[in-house]
Amino acid sequence: MRPVPAIAAVVGIATIAGCSAHQTDATGSVTVFAAASLTSTFTELGSRFEQDHPGTSVRFNFAGSADLESQLAQGAPADVFASADTDTMARAAEAGLLAGEPADFATNTLTIVTTPGNPTGIETFADLARPGSQVVVCAPQVPCGAATEKVERAAGVTLAPVSEESAVTDVLGKITSGQADAGLVYVTDAARAGSDVTAIPFPESGGAANRYPIAVLDGSANSGAARQFVDLVTGPQGREVLAAAGFASP
Amino acid sequence: MTAQRRAGALIQVGLPAWIYLPATLGALFVIVPLVAILLEIDWTRFVPLITSESSRAALTLSVQTASASTAVCILVGVPMALVLARGRFRGRSVLRALVLLPLVLPPVVGGIALLYTFGRQGLLGRQLDVLGIRIAFSTTAVVLAQSFVSLPFLVVSLEGALRSAEAGYEHVAATLGARPTTVLRTVTVPLVLPGLMSGAVLAFARALGEFGATLTFAGSLQGVTRTLPLEIYLQRETDAESAVALSLLLIVVAAIIVIASASRRLSGPL
Repeated sequence: MRPVPAIAAVVGIATIAGCSAHQTDATGSVTVFAAASLTSTFTELGSRFEQDHPGTSVRFNFAGSADLESQLAQGAPADVFASADTDTMARAAEAGLLAGEPADFATNTLTIVTTPGNPTGIETFADLARPGSQVVVCAPQVPCGAATEKVERAAGVTLAPVSEESAVTDVLGKITSGQADAGLVYVTDAARAGSDVTAIPFPESGGAANRYPIAVLDGSANSGAARQFVDLVTGPQGREVLAAAGFASP
Repeated sequence: MTAQRRAGALIQVGLPAWIYLPATLGALFVIVPLVAILLEIDWTRFVPLITSESSRAALTLSVQTASASTAVCILVGVPMALVLARGRFRGRSVLRALVLLPLVLPPVVGGIALLYTFGRQGLLGRQLDVLGIRIAFSTTAVVLAQSFVSLPFLVVSLEGALRSAEAGYEHVAATLGARPTTVLRTVTVPLVLPGLMSGAVLAFARALGEFGATLTFAGSLQGVTRTLPLEIYLQRETDAESAVALSLLLIVVAAIIVIASASRRLSGPL
């Protein structure tokens, strides 16, 4: 597999040189590696980008931020990386994967979700620690779990979850399928689940907001178009789409 | 191309030489990734990594649950194999196809199916919940998930052994007046014991590696439901080295199983 990244790098350098000379409209394909929680918003922004720039196509790889970072470190060809936390982006920067400084474009906070109608009567964060209610959270190793730990410290409450999932979508799944009574997910996940869950906002979540950074990648073969996609995400159109899904401004 | 001719012996047909090339490629395809994982290991940190509290909890849980599900598989799988191999009734082939389905089913699909059966709002789970029995998020859920995926391995390998075993001894025993249970206990089971052992080893190995169904159905909590494969998956998020070290641990356990079953000539027909 050695020669492929090398060729990609050569092509990349050639394109960067070509693009910086004249800022024309974007063409070609842009490959975006984005955190799983951005699936619906970025898919929408991708089709807007393709409409605004005829001749372009945006391809996505949605997965856990850490997964994407390790794929990129192993030489996966991509133009843009958007992660769900600053730590993962910092690792990408350390590995020399980025073409410039990452820009924060959204924040996400945790919310309590319960099965529809909140049958166990959970009203505050401390209620989650009540014996008898089955609570599911993210494991501390993943961003939403790190945020959960921060909230626990801020609230002075220690949870005894029945499961620590490795993805926030798995937490949501345990609630929508009725396996557990309550869980901690991002407000955007709760918004996406709609009437399948009841969301209960709590004040302590404010202290553990996750910041979402985006950056053009060093190995980008189409950095001009990649930069324009980043501009779309960080600009007013991106803000509008992200806000509709529940993301707050950075 | 070599053909040897000995007096009175059959002509032995050698393998065509070119067949060694794709065979070697195939072997490398399996071996090289194992070597790659070995090269990736940080040996100075290896022992602390695999003896950390979370690793030991995961390994202990994995061995316990895989043993329990192997016992479940033997308990219900042996009668199933006997019925499929020796029973005479209509629709046997359809039944066999259904029972062996988990063999080809993606484990995550098995997990979802179990969720809608034993989950809190599932087909049987609803009734169990009324009785105060909760399976979701318990070690029982892990054992159920592992049994579901590994049962067909035991059934297939034992059924094969039963079909290839000589039925003559059973007939003799029956002619001499032995009751069906006596025939089963004293003739049939001892006859297919190697097949049963290899089936049980396969089931254990499959249970040990179970990931998809467990993650979907049982959840993930240290010491309760987080088995070794789930621990590897989680560690990989933050600590790749630890995930690699634990992977090697699982490879070693798997290798011991394979070598142990091969050296005792337990490899029955599959």
